[in-house]
Amino acid sequence: MLSLNNVEVIYDGVILVLKGVSLGVREGGITTLLGANGAGKTTTLKAISGLLRSERGEVTKGSIEFGDARIDRLPPHDIVKRGIVQVFEGRRVFEHLTTEENLVAGAHIQADRRRVGEGIERVYGYFPRLRERRAVQAGYLSGGEQQMLVIGRALMANPHVMLLDEPSLGLAPMLVEEIFAIVQQMNRQERLTVLLVEQNAALALTIAEHGYVMENGRVVLEGTAEALRENADIKEFYLGLTEVGAKKSYRDVKHYKRRKRWLS
Amino acid sequence: MGDWQFFALLLSNGILIGLMYSLIALGFVLVYKATDAINFAQGEFVMIAGFVVVGFLISYGAPLWLSLVAALLAMIAFGFGLERAMLRKLIGRPIIAVVMATIGLAAVLRGLGPLLWGADTKPLVLPIGDEPILLEPLFIPPIQLVGATVSLLFLGLFGWFFLKSRKGIAMRAVADSQQVAMAMGINVERYFALAWAMTGVVSALGGVIWGNMLGVDVHLSLVGLKVFPVVILGGLDSIPGAIVGGLIVGVVENVAAGYIDPFVGGGTKDFAPYVVMIIALMVRPYGIFGKQIIERV
Repeated sequence: MLSLNNVEVIYDGVILVLKGVSLGVREGGITTLLGANGAGKTTTLKAISGLLRSERGEVTKGSIEFGDARIDRLPPHDIVKRGIVQVFEGRRVFEHLTTEENLVAGAHIQADRRRVGEGIERVYGYFPRLRERRAVQAGYLSGGEQQMLVIGRALMANPHVMLLDEPSLGLAPMLVEEIFAIVQQMNRQERLTVLLVEQNAALALTIAEHGYVMENGRVVLEGTAEALRENADIKEFYLGLTEVGAKKSYRDVKHYKRRKRWLS
Repeated sequence: MGDWQFFALLLSNGILIGLMYSLIALGFVLVYKATDAINFAQGEFVMIAGFVVVGFLISYGAPLWLSLVAALLAMIAFGFGLERAMLRKLIGRPIIAVVMATIGLAAVLRGLGPLLWGADTKPLVLPIGDEPILLEPLFIPPIQLVGATVSLLFLGLFGWFFLKSRKGIAMRAVADSQQVAMAMGINVERYFALAWAMTGVVSALGGVIWGNMLGVDVHLSLVGLKVFPVVILGGLDSIPGAIVGGLIVGVVENVAAGYIDPFVGGGTKDFAPYVVMIIALMVRPYGIFGKQIIERV
């Protein structure tokens, strides 16, 4: 339903960041995009949401299609109207607005006033803690609450597809699991399609059905979550397991460094 | 006249004048809040509005209501046009670029006003008389009363807009983070234009009121100089700050002029607000109500 075909992105006219990325996001599913820092995951999301231009980046080759239409030339507000909304990494709340005002701002494309109220109730349904903190300036919320708020705020736009960028960043493991459970719940209840960018590969692969691995601006591996979990390279480099499947220990003498099989 | 009566008179005048400063400062605050641009041409906006009104009144012989409507529309169009033609191109550039651009704009407008409408001081007459209203021990010029009322009305209106309306919330969202606002489907450029148009409205009102009090010529733009102490005192991005800052500046300059001028022969009015501003900068750099940078630890 959402697909990238051989997308190339250049920043500032000279820096080549994506070198021909192709991937597909299946309707109603959770797809994950894994990879180390600087692999181009966030850039891929920004290429989809049209936010590259505000950072002097540009899709120079390839196309991005949503439904039957090309969206890689549209301004960001048109892309949000078509039902794709991006949640930035690093919990970018509107700090000086209250929790509830953040949600109202998230519903900006919603023309009908009443639907805004319903949307707020829906978000409070998923994240009851936000209701208690509704009148607090968002800058003073805790990290977990801020992450809930940015996801809830994105939900206010009634999206078909949510681009979720590293929701686990800097949060306690228990909170991360809570948030992932809610994302999964939203996916099932609203048939919300999710493209999840994560560094926490183990967790991402438990809730996703399909995954892509990026390195150096390219997709190097793709497959079902199950296949990726079993892949020896993924185990070694992303899940921290050795070939035997036991946890890696520094007591064991390492005879050789495993080379990534996907690099030639 | 007793001491306290003299003081009460200075105080009441200061408050009324201060509210009119607040109105003009509001234009400055609106633009800074939404677009992060510092508009050094605020006073010139007011001057141009005054010129448009007297232009219609005197040169074309239009009735007063038509001249006021014309000034309002002209200033809205001016704000929109300016955003599109000049400021949109400066988005993402260093803040100094915008500052220098508005300073340049101010100089151009100061030249353009007299060029188009003539350099002589023109009266801007409003049908409200100039017989002061006597309220022992105060006497209040009617224009100050009208000006203060209009100012309060619009300050309230804009305050409501920002706090309660969805568009106002969106505008504050833009002020908070342009990129995140964009990701929420907010058309950021449209809100920039809206902010400049609002400044146009405020400037039109200011132009009429100050034009009536001072007469319309190039010196009308000096009103803009009073905007800086007002917004520094109140906080660059705060509407309540614009009100409080305006009141402080109005009262300070009137009281200072009333008590110090007899000894130094005048001029206190113009520098007293700046002295207060410098002190305020040392004590509270973001103003009384300014946006504090939130930092969680």
